[in-house]
Formats: sequence, C-alpha cells, structure tokens
Amino acid sequence: MIDGFIALYIFMLAAFVGHEVIGRVPAILHTPLMSGSNFVHGIVLVGAMVALGRAETPLELTIGFIGVFLGAGNAVGGYVVTERMLEMFKSSKENK
Amino acid sequence: MRDFVSMRTVIEASYFVAAILFIYGLKRMSSPVTARGGVVWAGAGMVVATLVTFLYPGMTNYILMMIAIGLGGILAWISGKRVAMTDMPQMIALYNGMGGGAAAAIAAVELFGGEDHGMVFGVLAVAGGMIGAVSFSGSLIAFGKLQGLIKKSMRFGGQQIVNLILLAATVVTAGIIVVQHGEPNLVVLFFLLALVLGVTMTLPIGGADMPVVISLYNALTGLAVAFEGFVLQNAAMIIAGTVVGAAGSLLTQLMAKAMNRSLANVLFSGFGEQAAAGGEQSGSMKPIDATDVGVMMAFANKVLIVPGYGMAVAQAQHKVWELTKILRERGVDVKFAIHPVAGRMPGHMNVLLAEAGVPYDIIYDQDEINSEFATADVALVIGANDVVNPVARTDPSSPIFGMPILNADAAKNVIVVKRGQGAGFSGIENALFFLDQTRMLYGDGQEVAANLIHEIKAL
Repeated sequence: MIDGFIALYIFMLAAFVGHEVIGRVPAILHTPLMSGSNFVHGIVLVGAMVALGRAETPLELTIGFIGVFLGAGNAVGGYVVTERMLEMFKSSKENK
Repeated sequence: MRDFVSMRTVIEASYFVAAILFIYGLKRMSSPVTARGGVVWAGAGMVVATLVTFLYPGMTNYILMMIAIGLGGILAWISGKRVAMTDMPQMIALYNGMGGGAAAAIAAVELFGGEDHGMVFGVLAVAGGMIGAVSFSGSLIAFGKLQGLIKKSMRFGGQQIVNLILLAATVVTAGIIVVQHGEPNLVVLFFLLALVLGVTMTLPIGGADMPVVISLYNALTGLAVAFEGFVLQNAAMIIAGTVVGAAGSLLTQLMAKAMNRSLANVLFSGFGEQAAAGGEQSGSMKPIDATDVGVMMAFANKVLIVPGYGMAVAQAQHKVWELTKILRERGVDVKFAIHPVAGRMPGHMNVLLAEAGVPYDIIYDQDEINSEFATADVALVIGANDVVNPVARTDPSSPIFGMPILNADAAKNVIVVKRGQGAGFSGIENALFFLDQTRMLYGDGQEVAANLIHEIKAL
C-alpha cells in the first residue's frame, strides 16, 4: 500500500523533481515544454483503464469508456504535437 | 507469470521504469540540444505503462477498452498531425482538457461505486475529481476562445461573488459525499457544479491572458492525476502527476512574469482585452520604401529582427528566413530578438520560426539580446508592437508600464513593417513609431519581405 507518510514523501519528492527539472529552462522552450508536460499527465489513461476494467454497472461502464477515450486523446495528442514542435528545433549546423 | 504476486511485481517494476523515463524525458526536453530525444523517452515510458496495465489483475471489459483507446488515439493523432503551428496553444488546451476529464471520470467511477475506502481516500477522490472537472470545462472554454468559437469575454457585475458561491457549493457537496459516500444524485450535482465553475472561471479571461490560464489548467490536471493515482494506488500516476503539477505551476509563474502580470491579476481582473488608450504621441510617422530599406540592410554590419504574432498571421516567417539567409551570405550579422510574449504564449514564436527553418542559435531571448540593440545598424520590427513600445519604460499611466520591452529604440535605424497606421492589438499608441530614427514600411508582412529579398538581390 502507498499510504500515509509514504504517500506524502513520494508527493513531496516528486514535487521537488518537477520544480528542479523545469527550473532553468530557457523561454524559447516554454511552449514545447508545456506541451511535453501535458503529454506526461496523459498517464491518466492507465488509471482510466483500471477504472473501466473494474466497472460493472452500465453507468460505470459509460463513464469508464469516456475516461479511457479522453485519456487516450490526452496521451496520443500530447505526444504528437510535442514531437512535431521539437522536431523543428535545429541548430545552424544541422540546418545545412 | 505463475501467480498473482509475480504479476504484481512485473506491473510495479514497469511503472517504476515508466516514472524514470518520464522524468528523464522531461529533463531532456528542457534544453534545445536534447529536447527532440526527450519526448521520445517519455513516449517510451507511456507505451510501457499502458501495455503493462492490460495485465492488471481482476480486470474485464477489454474489448470496450481497446475501442476507447483506438477511438481517442486515432482522433487525437489525426488532429495533432493536422493542426497548424499558429493554432498550437489551443490544441494543447484541448488535449489537456481531455486529461482533466479522464481524471474526473476515474473519480466518478470510484464515487458511483460507493465503496468506502476511508476518509483520506474519499477526500483525495473528490479533490481530484473536482480539479479534473474544472480543468476539463475550463480548458474547453480556453480552446473555444483561442479558436475564435467564443468571441466575447462574458463579464457581469458580481461575477467573482458568483464564482465564490459556486466554489463553496462544490466544496460543501464534496464534503457531504465524503462523509456519506455513494449518494448518486449528490455525485451528479457535484460534477455539474465543478463543470460550471470551470466555465464561469474561464469565460471572463481575455484572449491575451489565455496561455497563462492553459498552463495553470495543465498543472491542475497533473495534480488531479496524482490524487486519482493515490486512490487507485498507482505509483506511475502519482509520480507523473505530481511532477507535472509542480513543473506546470512553475511554468505558469514564469509565463505570468514574462507577461508582467501576477497570476491573481490574470485570474481576477480581466485586462487582457480592454483597449486602454495611451497618451497622444507628438511628431509624425515617416514612411520609407523597400528599395531604401534593402540598401540599408544590405550594407549594415548588424541587423536585429524583432518578430511578432503579426508576422505569423501574415505567414511571413518563411520569407523572413529567406531574407535572413541572403543577408548572412553578404556577411551581415543577423539575429532574431524574441520577446517572451512575442507569440500567443512564451516560446510560441520560437516554434513558428523553427517551422520556417530558422536555427535556434540565431534566436535570442530578450535578456540576451537587449544590450546589442545599441550596436545594431538596423532593427527590423515586423508584426510586433507593444513589446517594443518605449512608453512601457517612461509613462506610468500606460497599461503596459513596467513590462520589460526589447530596446529596439536604441538601434541606429528602426524599420517598422506594418499594415496600416492604426494602433496595435492593445490599442496603445507606440512611441517608437514617432522617433527620429524610425521609418515605417507599410504593407503585408509577406509581401514586404519578398520585396526586400528582391531589392537586395538586385544590388
């Protein structure tokens, strides 16, 4: 079980990691990075899959289905647009 | 995979690997040199986590699951491949809203299930559900506004109070749900309230402030995902969600700072769209033609180009890059000076220039380039306005007073490419246009750049 103080520790450490990772990012990457972090929370797909997998009543099935649909959209869409933006970042040397 | 325990171990180990890949990927994405590889690492993490989830013990409905993943994935893939680079901010808002909606859906399934997992889990489930639902409807409104589907900013007296009452009602309903779990009508009411709150919070915010709001919702979705991760006991969700929540909060602050606004200001005031007229400017705007500008730039030592969103709207970035290449072949030192809010959101202009093929190492941030304007022969301002307006330094009554600007007025010659004589997006008169060393080159950005290329080639 991830519970009580263990959960708090994970939360605290992950928050510091997130803060540090972005800390010194140049402004030129703000948009792609926002898009990249948007992609990373697409992991919600995994949770939606578990919720749908355990759903029993028609209501739960419907909501679970919507959840997985939305989560998949978040993950796939987030990846595609981030990749497209970053693909274009090239230095003078690579450009020739 | 002999028994339940070893299956569990495989799943947990895979989530652990996925969490490492996410963090490593984000780290690489924070530098232009390694950014391209970064998203691939994070993508690998996502594939690992998704595949291993199919092995989760006690799950059914696999066919339904595959259909949902296929539908959502394909629609997002097609839209993501098709969207123009200028429309990127609203597309991010849309995908982010979907994530928030998914987190709310997880919470809904848990709450409708009505099982009692204890107080802490109940609180986290409703908190994640509420944040996710607000982020969902709020992001959709942000998308609608930037896409031009919602034209007006709807404001009415006492809007803040209505929002506060809505917030209080949502929280109270949430509290009742936690205490006496499993009342379906209350759960429905709770989600409706949260969705309405997202709408009323976002509607009054002006288009110019929207990027900050999208970034905020991005951070909030991360938080919602982390909370639902605790409820589902899923370490990958907890870690990825928390990292995004923290990174997104910092990014939101950086963006607000770059725009010279505080977050509270963005959320509760609603400047962004009001056209506040600035003081009258004395003097006149002096026109110039492309031939003279061509000569001036061709024989300059250093040219700094200041692009704005107007350049992207005119689709002039490709011609501007062509112009840059010709000048560089002649030995002119050409650099791009980017204001943090030059595009629709910080960094957006860099994406637009990158799309045209401009290498990132001749593109400079405001802080890096500002001292160089004094040694520049020509500052070419194309499609930018407020970000080079010196009244931000001099006139305390101006709405943009205090905003850091690019020191284009320090250059020996300033050429402003502009469609007509009117004031810009914000309606503030630009003192730069009236300076002695400034000349106005009227016309559509793309045509003007093409003319300049033609003139320089003819020399």
